Amino acid sequence: MLTALLVMVGLALLLGLVLGYSALKFKVEGDPLVARIDAILPQTQCGQCGYPGCKPYATAIANGEADINQCPPGGDAGVHALADLLGVEYKPLNAEHGVPKPKSVAVIDEQTCIGCTLCIQACPVDAILGAAKHMHTIIAAECTGCELCLAPCPVDCISMQPLAETPDNWKWRYPVFPIKPVQATLEKAA
Amino acid sequence: MNALVNLAKLFKFNGGVHPPQHKQASTTQPIRVLQANLPLVLPLRQHVGNIPHLRVQVGEHVLKGQLLAEAEGGISAAIHAPTSGTITAIQDALIPHPSGLPDRCVTLQPDGLDEWTALTPIDWQHMEKRAVVASLRQSGIVGLGGAAFPTHIKLRSDGRSGIHTLVINAAECEPYITCDDMVMRERAADILRGIAITQHLLGAERCLIGIEDNKPEAAAALRAACHAADSSAQVIVVPTIYPSGDARRLIHVLTGLEIPSHQRSVDVGVQCFNVATVLAIYRYMSFGEPALSRIVTVTGNVARPGNFEVPLGMPVSALLEAAGGVLEDTSEFIMGGPMMGFSLPSPEVPVTKATNCIIASTPSLFPPAAPAMPCIRCARCADACPVSLQPQELYWFAKSDNFDKARDYKLFDCIECGCCSYVCPSNIPLVQYYRYAKSEIIAQDRAKEAANLARERNDFRLMRIEREKQERALKHAQKAAGAKAEASKIEPGKAEPSKAESGVQHAADPAVNVAASPASAQAEAAKKAAIAAAIARAKAQKAAQAAQNTAAVTPAVAAEMAAIDARRAEAAARAANINKDDVAEAAAATHVADQDSTTSPASAQTVSSVAPNSKEPS
Repeated sequence: MLTALLVMVGLALLLGLVLGYSALKFKVEGDPLVARIDAILPQTQCGQCGYPGCKPYATAIANGEADINQCPPGGDAGVHALADLLGVEYKPLNAEHGVPKPKSVAVIDEQTCIGCTLCIQACPVDAILGAAKHMHTIIAAECTGCELCLAPCPVDCISMQPLAETPDNWKWRYPVFPIKPVQATLEKAA
Repeated sequence: MNALVNLAKLFKFNGGVHPPQHKQASTTQPIRVLQANLPLVLPLRQHVGNIPHLRVQVGEHVLKGQLLAEAEGGISAAIHAPTSGTITAIQDALIPHPSGLPDRCVTLQPDGLDEWTALTPIDWQHMEKRAVVASLRQSGIVGLGGAAFPTHIKLRSDGRSGIHTLVINAAECEPYITCDDMVMRERAADILRGIAITQHLLGAERCLIGIEDNKPEAAAALRAACHAADSSAQVIVVPTIYPSGDARRLIHVLTGLEIPSHQRSVDVGVQCFNVATVLAIYRYMSFGEPALSRIVTVTGNVARPGNFEVPLGMPVSALLEAAGGVLEDTSEFIMGGPMMGFSLPSPEVPVTKATNCIIASTPSLFPPAAPAMPCIRCARCADACPVSLQPQELYWFAKSDNFDKARDYKLFDCIECGCCSYVCPSNIPLVQYYRYAKSEIIAQDRAKEAANLARERNDFRLMRIEREKQERALKHAQKAAGAKAEASKIEPGKAEPSKAESGVQHAADPAVNVAASPASAQAEAAKKAAIAAAIARAKAQKAAQAAQNTAAVTPAVAAEMAAIDARRAEAAARAANINKDDVAEAAAATHVADQDSTTSPASAQTVSSVAPNSKEPS
C-alpha cells in the first residue's frame, strides 16, 4: 500500500519536473497562429480591415474577433489561404472594406509639397523621406501603396500611380485560344 | 573508327526529339561581315543580371570599343560602343523580348570612320588568374549560346571547387541555327586558342568539345585545329538529338555526370562554355577587343540565307536586307530557333548579345498551332522530357494555378526546351503553361519579399515610436530629478520643514515614515523647485529681452526713454495714491499717456492701427 503510494507520488513528482522543465525549455515566444496569419497578410499596413495594421488584424482573426474577408489588398487568394490555414469556409471579400486594386505606389508632386511632414507621420513603413519645410519624396521600392498618406496631405499633392509593366516584372500570360470564325464556313453561309 | 570509340564512351539522357534540321540553307555561304552604317540601338538589358550603369551622355562622341555602360553589382556585364560615332539618344525603345515592351536603350549614330579606342591586350599567361578574370568584367562578354549569362562569373574560381573538366558546347542542337557551325568551320584555330585560355583560367585538366554528328565539316575543322595546335582538347561527336545543346544534357552525354537539381555544374567539377564565347574570350585576351559584334544566322523565308557578323545594336530589318530581303508571305520574325525562340514585336528591334538566329516565318513554314484538345494522359511528354520531369502533372498544376504543387514537382528544373509540346498529340502548348506558372511564382515570391520588408519596416517604426516615447519620459524624469537636486541645494530650509511636517504626520507608523515620507517630500520639493526655476528663467529671459531692446540706442532716444520711465513711475505712484481698485484704469491711462507723448512715426502707426480695432466692438 505504502510502496504503491510512494511509487505514484514519485512518478507524479518526476513527470511534474519533466513537464515543468519542458515548459521552460521549449517555451514558444508569441502566438504562432498570429505569426502564421500575419505571414499570409500582404503587409500593406493600410488599415482597410478596420485594424491599425496587419498584425493587429492577424491577432483579431486569431482571437475570433474579425472575419477573414476584410483584407482587399490580399485579394481572393489571400482569403483562400486564410480559410485553408484556419480550416474555415471561404467567403468572398467584404465590399465594406474596399475592393482590390492594382498595385500602386504613392507619388508626391514635389512642386506642390509644402514640407508639412504630415505624410511622413502617417506612413506605416517609413517610406517617405523629408524634413519640416523641406520637400518630401517617396521611396518607391518601399511604398506598400496603402494610401494612408493621401488623407493627411493639406495640399493634395500625393497621388497613387499604378505600377507600370516593364520587361523586368512582365509575366507570361495564361494561354488562351481566341475563337475565330472559320473563313470557309463564312463564305459558305454567304 | 574514331566515331565508334566515341559512341562507346557516350551516355544518353532521357527523351529528346528529332525535329527536321533545316540547317543546309544557311551554311552555303561564308560568314559575311556587316558594317555599322545605320543608327545602332543598344539596350542596357542584354544579359542575365543587373542593368549596367551608364557612363556616357547624349551628345558625347565615342570611339569603337569605348565603354558605354559599366557592369553593376554581382551579376552584370558591360556594354561597349560597336563603332565610333555620337550618342544621339538615351531613351526607351523596343527591345527583342517576348513581352514586346520598351526598355532603356542607348542610340549611337555611327560616323562611318570605325575608329578604334586604345585597346590593351591581357597578358593572361603571366598575370594572376584572379586579375585576369576581374579584367573580363570589363569585357562585356556573355554566353553567346543564347542564355547571355556573364562569362566572368563562370570563370571566377572561388577556390573551393576544383574544376577538372571544361566542356565546350558546340552541339547547336536547335533546328535552323548554324552560327556556331560556321564559326567552327572558319575560325577553328582561334577557338582552340580561346579554349587554351579558358582551360588555363579554370585550371581544368581536360577539355571535351561536344559536337553533334550533323556538322561533319565543323568537327573536321576542329580536329585539324587541335592537331595543328597540339592541343589536348578532345573533339567528341555526339548523336544529333534535341536538346543535347543544353549545358546539363551535354555534360551528361559527354561525362556521364548528372548534376543534382539544386546544384550547378561547377559543384561536380565541370564548367561549360559555348564555342562563340571562348572565341570572344580569345579576342579580348589577345587584342583587348570587348564584345562588339556577334554571328547571327538569318534564315527562313529570305532570298539568301546565311550567317552574318553583325555589330550589336543593328536593327533586325537591316540584317534581313543583307540576306537579300524577306520574300513574300512572311508573317512574322522569330528570334532564336523554332523550338525555344519567340516572335519579335517588330523587325526594327536591335540585335543583342543573345540574338543567335532570326527566322523569317511564313504560315506554311510554321503552320499555326492546331487548337488544343484535352489531355489524354498518354504521358508521351514524360517520355520526351530530357530533364525526366512529369510534364503532364506540371501541366495540370499550372493550368489550375496550383503553384505550390508545381514547384514541388520541380517546375523550375524545366528548361523550356519544348520537347513536350512537340510530341503532344493533343497540341497542348505545355511550355506556355510552364512559363506562365514560372512567372506567376516569381511574382508571388517577389510580393512575399516585399511584404517581409514592409513588415520589418513597420515593426521598426512601431519600435521607434515606442522608444521615442520612453526616451521622452526618461528625459522628463531626469529633468525632474536634476531640478530636485538643485532645489535641495539652493533651498534646504524650504525642503526641510515639509520633510519634518510629513515626518510628524506619519510618526505613528515608522515603516511608512521611512518608505513614503522622503519620497513624497522629495517630489513636492522637486515640484516647487521646478516652478521656482521656471519663474527665474522667465524673469531672466525678460531681462535679457529688455536689455537687447535698449542695448544700442542713441543718447537722444535714451534720454526720451528715461523721461517716459519717469512719467510712468509718477503715474503709477499717483494711481496708487488715488485708489487701489482702479489700478487697471491707471495702467491704461499711463499706456495712453505713453503713446501720446511719443512722437515717433512707428508709435503713431500703432495708435492708428489700434483705433479701428477699438471702435469695432462699440
